[in-house]
Amino acid sequence: MGAAALLAGLVVLAAGLELAGYDSGAALGALWSGAFGSWYALTSATLVRAVPLIIIGLGLALAFRGGAFNIGGEGQFYAGAIAATWIGLSVGGLPSPVAVAAVLSGAVLAGGLWVAIPVLLRVRFGVLEVISTLLLNFVAEALTSLLVQGPLQESQRIYPQSDPIAESARLPLLPGTRLHAGLLLALVGAVLLHRVFTRTLWGFRLRAVGLGPRAAEIAGRIDSRWMAALALALSGAIAGLAGGVEVAGVSYALFQNLSPGYGFTAIAVALLGRLHPFGVVVAGLLFGALEAGAGAMQREADVPAVAVYVVEAVVILAVLLAEAARRHGAATLASLASVTRRAPG
Amino acid sequence: MPALELRGIHRRFGSVHALRGADFTLLPGEVHALLGENGAGKTTLMHIAAGLLQPDEGVVLVGGVPRPGLSPRAARRLGIGMVHQHFTSVPAFTVAENVALTAGWPVAPDALRRRVRETSERAGLPLDPDARVEHLSVALRQRLEIVKALAAEARILLLDEPTALLAPAEVGDLLRVIRRFTSQGGSAVLITHKLDEALAAADRVTVLRRGRVVLTGSVADTTAGELAVAMIGERAGEERVEAPTPSARGGAGPLVRLEGVDVARDGGLGIALRAASLTVAAGEIVGIAAVEGNGQRELLRAIAGRIHPLRGLRQVSEPVAFVPEDRTTEGLIPAMTLTENVVLGSSASEPWIRGRTVDWRAAEARTAALLEELEISAPGPSVPAASLSGGNQQRVVVGRELAKRPSVVVAENPTRGLDIRAEATIHAWLRRAASDGAAVVFHSSDLDEVLALATRIVVARRGTLIDAPPGATRDELGALMLASG
Repeated sequence: MGAAALLAGLVVLAAGLELAGYDSGAALGALWSGAFGSWYALTSATLVRAVPLIIIGLGLALAFRGGAFNIGGEGQFYAGAIAATWIGLSVGGLPSPVAVAAVLSGAVLAGGLWVAIPVLLRVRFGVLEVISTLLLNFVAEALTSLLVQGPLQESQRIYPQSDPIAESARLPLLPGTRLHAGLLLALVGAVLLHRVFTRTLWGFRLRAVGLGPRAAEIAGRIDSRWMAALALALSGAIAGLAGGVEVAGVSYALFQNLSPGYGFTAIAVALLGRLHPFGVVVAGLLFGALEAGAGAMQREADVPAVAVYVVEAVVILAVLLAEAARRHGAATLASLASVTRRAPG
Repeated sequence: MPALELRGIHRRFGSVHALRGADFTLLPGEVHALLGENGAGKTTLMHIAAGLLQPDEGVVLVGGVPRPGLSPRAARRLGIGMVHQHFTSVPAFTVAENVALTAGWPVAPDALRRRVRETSERAGLPLDPDARVEHLSVALRQRLEIVKALAAEARILLLDEPTALLAPAEVGDLLRVIRRFTSQGGSAVLITHKLDEALAAADRVTVLRRGRVVLTGSVADTTAGELAVAMIGERAGEERVEAPTPSARGGAGPLVRLEGVDVARDGGLGIALRAASLTVAAGEIVGIAAVEGNGQRELLRAIAGRIHPLRGLRQVSEPVAFVPEDRTTEGLIPAMTLTENVVLGSSASEPWIRGRTVDWRAAEARTAALLEELEISAPGPSVPAASLSGGNQQRVVVGRELAKRPSVVVAENPTRGLDIRAEATIHAWLRRAASDGAAVVFHSSDLDEVLALATRIVVARRGTLIDAPPGATRDELGALMLASG
């Protein structure tokens, strides 16, 4: 089904490009080669972009499964990136494993603190986290902007970005590529999360709260409110980790627009992966490839990179449609049929 | 000419053949009871009559005219109004706004308010047009559903189990309203599985069993026994279990003891239950008789440990089995499998919970055994709970709770919406739990059920508990429940 959805997305993109007067063959060729055309493209473009999508996507899958709608992955990512940069600038004297651990735990903590505001608002006042997490994205972006022109600005005070973090605080790279150890972290995280969902009592209770909060409380004697709040907090911490991994593995510095919207795309990744950890990995790889190919498409075929969002959107819509059809099954099809039958009369 | 006629209706849902050539005729001016067990096809048949579903085969005739491909909108134009089992009003809207929404009336406030008040009073169903639906009691919401159908100028009312949520006195009122509607030329179908209601209110009756009509005719020519046989295909009789002896568990003192307990109203202000005292010994089955909203819910949930009392003494032996009123939102998670639902309600001491992990294989084996033991017809432990009929869902809930070998069993309306056979099973299980030495406390909005099952009856009225005299009759209990002051 995913493959069919992807094909549909590419067909729609090609048709749109043709209509707009582009050479769609060349554009799709560039998209492909930018994503998978070479070892370098695969490792240094596709996989590097997939890592933050997968990590944030795993956290969101956890939140959504627990019935908490965290739309603030972007802001939590920035919170993590800020903390990672701050720590990374001052751990030069420490041995590498310690420095990396400090950077990443700082990022986790920062993501958790950033999401603590929506968590408290939800628990204390019943404020919908959909709104509070979304709004805090803008605050986090503005804060990043402020920091890179203020306290965290590079020492020459010219560019709106930070100094590079200490060498010891950086993640190891796969030789000859830009691929960093964050990929391992993402994959191990997926396996761990899968085990949490399927094996542990806690994971089961989390799913129960997401699927039936009242029954979880009455029949399962689970504190649903607390459980959903915990899921929200954890997802924020995980998105923060993604921000730390991005700084320690890719950018080595903080700047505005560090994220091309990873926190938002990760929502689609989580949903497309059906909130299943391995599904999230696959969806993260797909969207990572599309984002990687988009750059190549712009460079080589002069097609705006945003055109690739067409593919992402069609893939999401097609999968949601297929999902709805599966869930409602015969009922949906029957009602569609009856509508079409009725239409002529 | 019949007001409504359905001929040779077939309808399948996937592999389920819900209606197998059903015929149904509604005469002008009659109340027609449509009887059948859960899953017999009653609601499906009426959904077809209201245009909500299309038949696979067969014809719908309204006023003698065949209406192929009848849509809900067309059915409404033809004067067919459906009152659904589940309320279909917008909780945040006022009564008047909800009526306008259904009837397509303009929402000019003053005129609308007057029109709604007139319509509701003419029907004998007075309603405050300005009341917000979310603040209405269940009985008033039910009333609103009917007023909405009447406002849309329905001449044929299809009422899907309208009495399921009502107290006895309210049922009487509702049936009178329906009679009034038909005496003014309307026709009504009353879907129910309560035989006494059908006999009391209807002119004619049709019984469905497994998608086929097995009996149709005048109420005057039939008896409750005949109807019951038609519904379930064999003589309806409840398995009688010897009244348990109260000392079955060696006289270890009461298993439930409440003294001077106050409980706050669910989610709101005020006291729902005041200075309640109740003791229940092993082997007792205490039935709480009460009209909706008199504190019985808070009483049961306080005993079950689902609500914390504001003050007072609560001593309840663990483990407690709790059967909540609403099986699909509180008892079960419909999207989860039967195994998962069994695990949901199980305590930490169960063998399939090992520290922090769940042994799903053990849980599944236990669930499969439970299904077999309890004779629950399900394809297996891994199907979602949503795929079971209401009766089997309730069997899963009750079975799961009783499998805890509870000291105390608390049940809210344990057989609401169930057919005779499922009801008999649940009653037998609760009796067995008592004779095994548990203290059972239950509430039912059906007074006959309280009388049939309880060894002792306590009436809840306006948040206080009153011991009913031993051997009190239905009428005496009704008087206690409704007395003012």
